[in-house]
Amino acid sequence: MSRRDRGSVWRFLLPVGFLAFTAATVAAVLFKDWMPPVASEHGKGVDGMITYILCAAGLIFVAGHLLLAKFIFTSGADDAPAYKPIGNKAEMLFTIGPTIFILLISEIGVLFIGNPIWGQVFKEDPEDFQIEVIAKQFEWIAHYPGRDGKFGPFRMEKYDEVDNIAALWKKDKESRDDLVVRGKLILPAGKACQIRIKSFDVLHSFNIPAFRTKQDAVPGIYTKTRFVATTPGDYEIACAEICGVNHYKMKAKVQVLPLEKYMKWLEEEPGFFE
Amino acid sequence: MALTHSHGTDAAHGHDHPSGFWSKYIFSFDHKVIGVQYLILACIMGLIGAGLSVWFRTQLAWPGKAGMSPENYVMAVTMHGTIMIFFVVSLSLSSGLGNFCIPLQIGARDMAYPLLNMLSFWTIVPGAAIMVASFFVEGGGAAGGWTSYPPLSALPKAAPGSGTGQTLWLLAMAIFVVSFTLGGLNYVATILNLRARGMTLMRMPITIWTYFISAVLGLLSFPALTAAAIMLLLDRHGGTSFFLPSKLILSGQLQTNTGGTPLLFQHLFWFLGHPEVYILVLPAVGIAFDVLAANARRPVMGYKASVFALWAIAFLGMIVWGHHMFISGMNPYLGKYFSISTLIITAPFALLGVCLLGTLWRARIRFNTPMLFALGLISAVGTGGIGGLFLATATADLHFHDTYFVVGHFHLMIGVTSLMGTFAGIYYWFPKMFGRTMNETLGKLHFVGTMVGTFVVFTVQHFQGMGGMTRRYYEYVNEYVKPAAALNPLVTIFAFIAFGSQLIFLVNFFWSMFAGAKASKNPWEATTLEWTAESPAGHGNWNEPPVVRGDPYRYGEGADGKGWKLQTDA
Repeated sequence: MSRRDRGSVWRFLLPVGFLAFTAATVAAVLFKDWMPPVASEHGKGVDGMITYILCAAGLIFVAGHLLLAKFIFTSGADDAPAYKPIGNKAEMLFTIGPTIFILLISEIGVLFIGNPIWGQVFKEDPEDFQIEVIAKQFEWIAHYPGRDGKFGPFRMEKYDEVDNIAALWKKDKESRDDLVVRGKLILPAGKACQIRIKSFDVLHSFNIPAFRTKQDAVPGIYTKTRFVATTPGDYEIACAEICGVNHYKMKAKVQVLPLEKYMKWLEEEPGFFE
Repeated sequence: MALTHSHGTDAAHGHDHPSGFWSKYIFSFDHKVIGVQYLILACIMGLIGAGLSVWFRTQLAWPGKAGMSPENYVMAVTMHGTIMIFFVVSLSLSSGLGNFCIPLQIGARDMAYPLLNMLSFWTIVPGAAIMVASFFVEGGGAAGGWTSYPPLSALPKAAPGSGTGQTLWLLAMAIFVVSFTLGGLNYVATILNLRARGMTLMRMPITIWTYFISAVLGLLSFPALTAAAIMLLLDRHGGTSFFLPSKLILSGQLQTNTGGTPLLFQHLFWFLGHPEVYILVLPAVGIAFDVLAANARRPVMGYKASVFALWAIAFLGMIVWGHHMFISGMNPYLGKYFSISTLIITAPFALLGVCLLGTLWRARIRFNTPMLFALGLISAVGTGGIGGLFLATATADLHFHDTYFVVGHFHLMIGVTSLMGTFAGIYYWFPKMFGRTMNETLGKLHFVGTMVGTFVVFTVQHFQGMGGMTRRYYEYVNEYVKPAAALNPLVTIFAFIAFGSQLIFLVNFFWSMFAGAKASKNPWEATTLEWTAESPAGHGNWNEPPVVRGDPYRYGEGADGKGWKLQTDA
């Protein structure tokens, strides 16, 4: 066993390895945009928050690895003179300094950048368009309140896989003009939408990556999320909470229309029981 | 595999004491034997758990080529997570190395309750057996994710593994908790009561502090999981509805449950689940401190600061579980609270990181295998911790939640960091276990493979997560995710490298038991108490119990140019 190994190879190899890893990671962040193109108002804020942390955390990541590489590379060989204390003052500075620095940058980020955007996602404004999204194994169903602006109540007893996928009842007058769209969510651009999410069976998660929107669908309660889609076009819903064997197939289209087109579609589409 | 392993170990010792074979090596009260038993069980479970990952990584890289159905896939990811966390990392790091090194490092002859110690090992064996058996029942093993969120895990019809497989999963987990609680009680009692003369609390090696703190954390948080498991069992078999709301529709059928909420389970689960992260990470960091000090030939930087940071992490770790639930549907105000509180943890964690790093300042490094793993751990814990900043912030979590960013992050923490600590500990204490050293060349090969393999796998997964790649997907069929999913073959290839390196370790571990070079009492010239015992240490550890006369890390001290002093030296 070579416990008196002076480690000439490792003294060189380890710092090079750590530096290469750091450089590769930093390059991957700088030279490629990994995020899906953003298409919602709060999504830009989410991306701003992520950029802030990337800068702050990147600084710590790089500084930490530079120090690690330096300490390894410049450490004395085994037969060098024994360790001499660094001194309490230097030690205090070295430990307390970074600790306070990291606490400050992370708390400032969450308090002044993160939480206000978080607030936007959960804001409730009666002016917003109300849309309901139903999740069930393994599909998404959009439910619009129709001309009366009221969602028909769920009548789970009336559920039918073929004829009544949204579990509505035609004798409820709120239900009659409701719109039900299977596998597609149609949205207006430039207008805030309040989405209330319902699950019929197990947990799912309503995830539109391009909007930076993600909210679990929880059976028994309504969950809510809110966004303003900025750009007309096609996007995707992907389920983000394991919901069974076909979890990976549980997707739906998101179609963002210009506001006038959206209003026209709402007008013309016949109600579920009409 | 199982048979050859256990048989091999027994044979290693058999020739010394042929008559007392069963009582000395199977139903032993000796903490060192029990520690090794845990390690061997963890090796066996590790082959299964990591083998599962090789299987589903193949499917992810080359869909359809791994002979894996979607049913197999959800089961494989669920069981991989469960086995690796509870039956590999917990058993090897917490139970295995903990049992081995606690009495030796504090100068005790054994654990406070040796019989209980043996029982806790023989409790976990049937637990592990039940977990493995669940693969072979109808419908296969549990398939609701390692978190087993109801209703998926509560309703047999919701997923193929939610039948008998899920019941066995819950049973095995309950058994695990019993065993782990017995072990934790033993740790706390031993560390508080059986320290050698002169071993004050502030003279304990940091390893002992981390085992102590993680045992306390376990005792406080595991009851929540026990409660959740029992309630879920009752929901499944007793007709209750703790976690099941009214009027669920499953495969077109209206269910009869009323009045429960799935969120309750998530709170109970993560009340344990988050502290569990620290239960697994802290001892690895503790071991790294010991190994770093011994091989950097200097005392750890900021001993007191580190102990303080460890307690702060433990305390804060108990009140931040909600950051796993930002988008679960809990009140959004709680999201703000849990963001703020979670980010406070960065402070003690940074302190700990700086102390690890500072321990290399003005060092004289010996690049042996344990040291390489300890150095790798510094990078892993730093890189993983930085990913935590993103996930702790609710706003950023909107994008990262349940993506591969999370997968990459927690694997770096409870996978790579914990196992690097474990490996550092095994290579470091192997001479004390068997009186032989592990092969250095194979050890270094193991290190390079582990380091390169795991770092590529889990760093790339962070970027896949940025691309919005959701986890637990059998195949990536969505359009937006194609660029991120294109990296899957690369990740899988490096996962194979990481897995292959662990085989090198297993060969080295079992081969060195019989054929490793003979080791002296103190092969690393380290200062803590275990190095005053014989290698291997006999039952009772010392003829005369040691008396402690100084701090644990007495490097840079000592007369006649030796540059170090045992903790027992005057």
